[in-house]
Amino acid sequence: MSFSPTLAERRFGFGLSPQIPAPQSVEAMLRGVAGVDQMLADHPLPSFRDLQDKLVLRRRFRGFARKNPDTDEGKAADKKQQEIYRTARDDWTRGFVQIQARRIQTPHAFRERLVAFWADHFTAVGKGGMLRFAGAAYVDEAVRPHINGRFADLLRACVIHPLMLEYLDQNRSAGPGSIIVRRRPRWQGLNENLAREVLELHTLGVDGPYSQADVRELAELFTGMSRADDYGFVFRRNLAEPGAETVLGKTYGQGASLQHIETALDDLARHPATAAHIARKLAVHFVGDVPSEDLIAHVTTVFAQSDGDLVQCYTALLEHPDAWGTPAQNIRPPQEFISAALRAFGSPQQAFSQMQPRDIGKVFHGPLRVMGQPWENPAGPDGWAEDDAAWVTPQGIAARLEWAVYAPSKFLDALPDPVEFAQAALGDGVTADLLFAVNAAETREVALGLVLVSPAFQRR
Amino acid sequence: MNRLSRRDILLRASALGCSLAASPLVTPLAFAKAPWDTRLIVIILRGGMDGLDVVRPMGDPAFAALRPGLQDGDPAHDPDRYLALHPALGDLVPLWDKGELGFVHSVSTPYRDKRSHFDGQDLLEAGTVALSGGVRDGWLNRMLQEVPGLEADTAYAIGTGDLRVLEGAAPVANWAPEANLRISPAALRLASLVMEPDAPMHAALAEAEILSQTAGASGRGGRGHQQIARFAAERLREDARVAAFSLNGWDTHRAQARNLGRNLTTLSETVTLLRDGLGAQAWDKTALVAMTEFGRTARENGTGGTDHGTGGLMMLAGGAINGGQVFGRWPGVGENALYQGRDLMPTADVRAGAAEVMRAITGVSQTALETKIFPGLQMGAPLGLMR
Repeated sequence: MSFSPTLAERRFGFGLSPQIPAPQSVEAMLRGVAGVDQMLADHPLPSFRDLQDKLVLRRRFRGFARKNPDTDEGKAADKKQQEIYRTARDDWTRGFVQIQARRIQTPHAFRERLVAFWADHFTAVGKGGMLRFAGAAYVDEAVRPHINGRFADLLRACVIHPLMLEYLDQNRSAGPGSIIVRRRPRWQGLNENLAREVLELHTLGVDGPYSQADVRELAELFTGMSRADDYGFVFRRNLAEPGAETVLGKTYGQGASLQHIETALDDLARHPATAAHIARKLAVHFVGDVPSEDLIAHVTTVFAQSDGDLVQCYTALLEHPDAWGTPAQNIRPPQEFISAALRAFGSPQQAFSQMQPRDIGKVFHGPLRVMGQPWENPAGPDGWAEDDAAWVTPQGIAARLEWAVYAPSKFLDALPDPVEFAQAALGDGVTADLLFAVNAAETREVALGLVLVSPAFQRR
Repeated sequence: MNRLSRRDILLRASALGCSLAASPLVTPLAFAKAPWDTRLIVIILRGGMDGLDVVRPMGDPAFAALRPGLQDGDPAHDPDRYLALHPALGDLVPLWDKGELGFVHSVSTPYRDKRSHFDGQDLLEAGTVALSGGVRDGWLNRMLQEVPGLEADTAYAIGTGDLRVLEGAAPVANWAPEANLRISPAALRLASLVMEPDAPMHAALAEAEILSQTAGASGRGGRGHQQIARFAAERLREDARVAAFSLNGWDTHRAQARNLGRNLTTLSETVTLLRDGLGAQAWDKTALVAMTEFGRTARENGTGGTDHGTGGLMMLAGGAINGGQVFGRWPGVGENALYQGRDLMPTADVRAGAAEVMRAITGVSQTALETKIFPGLQMGAPLGLMR
């Protein structure tokens, strides 16, 4: 089988839309990835800077409220800080609608899928307070601008982002011989978390050629990367381990500097093990749980020869016969399942765009939790499971069916005709059994739900 | 009470149509009651629990210096003036006193040196020596495979996340207490028809149908671990004999004093709810085993936490265990006693503890344990974990 517009939308996008035409060629898909990022412009989200400002402001009000607990000014300050928190939380919840709008309205859905893929590869989550709401800004600012560039640039942007430094405990890691440890012996020093995950998850892969000694040396090299008082990035010399560090046999830097760290990251990005690791992940995510070695080898070679040029890697993936010839096996994970449903219903839906945070929580975030994929809250830095067995469970399928039947009436202006919806959502994937079931359904809600839970809709 | 009996399953299965035979719950050949009475609960503690902070070797002269920032709080219990329980386990001290709570110290899987959570957990649940052998099922499922013709609701994998320890050829029920299926029987039949061409999806729906009707008695509401504990107790009070689930969040790289305390409170509540839900009679015939992928560094790190280590801790609870003691060979935490100069030295294979418990409960043979369930394990002399 060769390229098909329907498969392009199903396997590499967020499914068919009744309004947005599917891409007509692999070249069109790739042009969509490389061109102007229209969806970012059309559906903007609050920036990380905006959240930083809120964090700083809230800290001031909180500090004042704690010092003056019994005064009217203190009480007013406490109210104010709670209000700032609520605003940030509601921005985060509403951000869900904006992110879906991009997936619903884009003619270049492969690009949005790639954003989700790389956001998962470089999973970072704020661990407490308002930083929990920073996920979308991180993706927009560190991931999104680089998915059509070089892997090395993407790696660097994600690893040195303040949210990643917070998530994997780099912020306060100090070299054993650093100034701060020498002055304050209680401050013992090193934290290996980020260094280990960069080697294991972001670059070489767990089977890659690194040892505990490499983890330790990279952790020492990473010292100094931290966050400023305003939650932005800062390189703190007093945390940095003096002297050179040797990672995978290469020695980096005399004297602490971010430049040495960036050089090491560039070398890791270029490593042959990284090429193979990324190629395999792309193939598993887009094609199937057990992709052919030939497909992996093809993408690996292009990654290595192009020095990690990501558009060339996507080209390699899409030009391989497996991209179009493999039967639809992969199950859409819950978040993609919901986005695909929203896209299939078409837009604009006033009811959806005007949803209030409380309803977004009830209609989307709650069900996603039961389906096993809570919004912006993966269990660990390795992101979401790729194997289908993780999602096709009784509880997961029950939650999808419940959502498919009960949720659409809460975000649609009007329920569409179920048979027309089946044809729009599935194209040539409509079967006689499905049409029978849709016609036999006792309510329109059930009929639409049956389309959404059909294997043709859930697998790609 | 919503009791899930064999008859109920068959009735519901026939109501759904014979095409649902792909579901392990409705495969008619699979029905046989478990030939043992003692309940086994396996909890996977994900993230690497710091055993040295949970059961603290206060009597080891090297210990205090390793963890200047993690000595806060009065230990909950000081059993023999050498080892002391973390303060957050205070609610479980009565169980310890009754011999219904115990620990095995300095245990680990055969996993070494890369200290990856994900590989560490995969190996812990696979129960093998290495991951390269292509083993895809979990050790708890392989134990069930040793008992031919078990009822499908003998074993429950509970929760919304992945649970490899119970995956495999033996039939197992999967459910999350917060899931629900409130649609009409007619709509459900149509959904089943639509999913029929997709065998795994179809089977999952069939199980969901049965479980959603029978899983209501434990009541909804409460936090995740509370719902899970209530649901597990409800099933185990009936025909189920094995339940497994995970508790996450043990990766305490920073602020360990706060974060570990919170997790231990969760664990302690889980144990208490299981005991209350099972009732005295069933609790007397229960062994709970909690295990983690690895321990953590012996030294506190620079951020008030600990990093990924090697030797860890296994926790046991229940009326069937021989608790009130800490098992295992204590290697010490002096500079030369540490593994690679940084981690607690493992002195026993964590799989041996699980094997001993399963052997006592199910009578599965030592040969099966050492070759099939935990290939490559040498059980050695029993530690005496069970009454």
